Amino acid sequence: MPVRLRPIVFIVALLVLWHFAVIRSSTHLLPGPMEALGGIADLVRHGLLVKYVTASLFRVTWGFVAATVLAIPLGLVIGWYRRFEMALNPLIQIFRPISPLAWIPMAILWFGVGDLSAVFLIFISCFFPLLLTAINSVQRVPAVYVNAGRNFGMGPASLIYRVLYPAALPQLITGLRITLGIAWLVVVAAEMISVNSGLGFLIVDARNAGNRYDLVVAGMLIIGAIGCLLDLGMGSFQLDYSEN
Amino acid sequence: MNSFAKTRKWEEVLWPVLASALFLTLWHYSVAWTATKVFPSPLAVEKGLAELARKGLLWAYIGDSLRRVALGFGAAAVLGIPIGLTLGWYPAVNQVVNPVLEMLRPISPIAWIPVAILMFGVGDVTPVFLIFLAAFFPIVVACVSGVSSVPSIFRRAGRNFGLTAPQLLARVVFPASLPSIIVGLRLALGIAWMVVVAAEMVAVDSGLGYLVIDARNSGKRYDLVVAGMLTIGIIGLALDLCFRRLRNLESVRWGFRDDS
Amino acid sequence: MPVDTKLSASHLNFCYKRDGKTTQVLSDVNLIVGEGEFLCIVGPSGCGKSTLLSTFAGFLSPNSGEVRIDGGVVSGPDPRRILVFQEPGVFPWLTVEGNIEFGLFRKPRAERQRRIAHYIELVGLKGFEKAYPAELSGGMKQRLEVARALAVNPDILLLDEPFGALDSITRLTMRRELLRIWREERNTVIFVTHDIDEAVQLADRVAVMSGRPTNIQQTFLIDIEHPRDISAPRYLELRNAILEELGIAHYV
Repeated sequence: MPVRLRPIVFIVALLVLWHFAVIRSSTHLLPGPMEALGGIADLVRHGLLVKYVTASLFRVTWGFVAATVLAIPLGLVIGWYRRFEMALNPLIQIFRPISPLAWIPMAILWFGVGDLSAVFLIFISCFFPLLLTAINSVQRVPAVYVNAGRNFGMGPASLIYRVLYPAALPQLITGLRITLGIAWLVVVAAEMISVNSGLGFLIVDARNAGNRYDLVVAGMLIIGAIGCLLDLGMGSFQLDYSEN
Repeated sequence: MNSFAKTRKWEEVLWPVLASALFLTLWHYSVAWTATKVFPSPLAVEKGLAELARKGLLWAYIGDSLRRVALGFGAAAVLGIPIGLTLGWYPAVNQVVNPVLEMLRPISPIAWIPVAILMFGVGDVTPVFLIFLAAFFPIVVACVSGVSSVPSIFRRAGRNFGLTAPQLLARVVFPASLPSIIVGLRLALGIAWMVVVAAEMVAVDSGLGYLVIDARNSGKRYDLVVAGMLTIGIIGLALDLCFRRLRNLESVRWGFRDDS
Repeated sequence: MPVDTKLSASHLNFCYKRDGKTTQVLSDVNLIVGEGEFLCIVGPSGCGKSTLLSTFAGFLSPNSGEVRIDGGVVSGPDPRRILVFQEPGVFPWLTVEGNIEFGLFRKPRAERQRRIAHYIELVGLKGFEKAYPAELSGGMKQRLEVARALAVNPDILLLDEPFGALDSITRLTMRRELLRIWREERNTVIFVTHDIDEAVQLADRVAVMSGRPTNIQQTFLIDIEHPRDISAPRYLELRNAILEELGIAHYV
């Protein structure tokens, strides 16, 4: 069997297993692969698939970009100025482990229920990882590079732009990729709680309004597929970049 | 003022204290000036914490959350490490299994909630299952990466001394990949802590996540909300610090010499 | 005095295949090593000395020809022939004791303790039993690796430029130490180096390898008694002969 086909065979085997596990089980609430596919077809027919996927992607994009634009420059500066980092570190370390979802009451308080809330949650979930990545990437730039720059008479602005930023870039890109994955996880959660469109909403709504578990699982599969694609996309961007 | 400025010992205390004091002050005054009735001031949060502690709820909730994390994380480690090591050791197997893992990984544990509730009902098992899911993938990934980065010279030395394949795995590959595994475990613990809070918001009625959501829903007690958030942050930080100390164990310290 | 043959390599051929290209590395290599002999193999960098050693140790299989040790064909790695590399292959997660003990897992506890103590003393690491490799210098790490190799009493000790990563002063010390250890243990030693002086100082015999594809061009018997005076005429004579064999002028 050609090597490339093996993973596909494995996946098919798992699907078959799933199918029979559902048939054999006493409750027939949990859907099998056929029902899930039917659910996806259903969504397509009602024009909801594209609508929900777009809504989720839209929120991710806004939250992720906002976090990037704020966190990365801030992180680079904090990483560079030692005392700044010392000062802010305890605050960052306490905020960091707070699950984005724990911010939901705050989000609703400040932004009400709706899109802005969801975007804020994604923003928060991306902000701290990106901040830490940026700080870390600056601190890891080997001293030899910086010293070489100073040897050539570079001032701080020049140093940051021509030495630190290129040296830190690979790590930043890795951080962006990981954080995008986080954003995708959080958007689903955010949508389950505070809006009325999007893949997360689909999952909650399908269950609440009629126990449509086929749609629930369909939603999960779509989430997995898109998340995978997003990651592959970032991965190839990362490769392209490092080839230059 | 830059990265290379030499800072003295006392500065390590001064600057954080200053910054935190500044933060608290800003917070306090912004609450006072906007005369908001809902958003709590630092003092209100402190009183809220005291109230929770007095009622015994604080420690009960902390205990619940930690227990769920321990179970879910423990299960993820016990299953994930052997699986990860095997996948790393047999690239052929990894090639077959990896695509499935890559597709399951981006599905937020939260998206699993309806299915989990269906399978396990509303109770402790659901959050534990969700935590297990969340922690499993980073652990497996770290193990695979750890195994594949074991320098071939170690493997050759092991074979030279007559080790069979299982012995090689246990006595050379595992200790050599332990630093990577620990990095993965630490990451997974952080994720587990995030997920437990999320899972508790939806699927149970105890724990810190539940506290945060319930405090708002039944009475807009934002002082308790923030108190809860603070507690979540501090405990998450404490867990992470505990893990950092693991790095100093003699048998893995060699793998962390470049890290801060 | 006739000596038993320990290792015999006959008509060894080995080539690497990569991207469709085949590179011949070993070309009809023939060599006989006697029991208890200290043999050095010298040759230019990249000629295939490491490949040859890996073949002796059983990590690589020749495309044709065979290696026999004590009459039996070599077909895989075995604790009876331990290979010591240039980069320290000591395990960083084990102490000095732990490393030396590594190959002794089939031995009873008392035997293990005895051997650990003996070899720590032999290589001069007494006092560092509980230290970790990260705390040792480069020379000490190599000594540890030799101790670990010797602890299993191998028939043959194969050394692939083991002192290459050390500074020149440490290297001189390590050569003396190696000879001292060899005189006590009397294993058969095959020592690969690109340093001709090192070869003439250490070996009973020196085998000179040609450039790639390589074979044994010539062997020289070093008939000087230890300790060897590196400014004695006989030493210089042999050294120059080897330099000439390698085709290197001895004026800079």
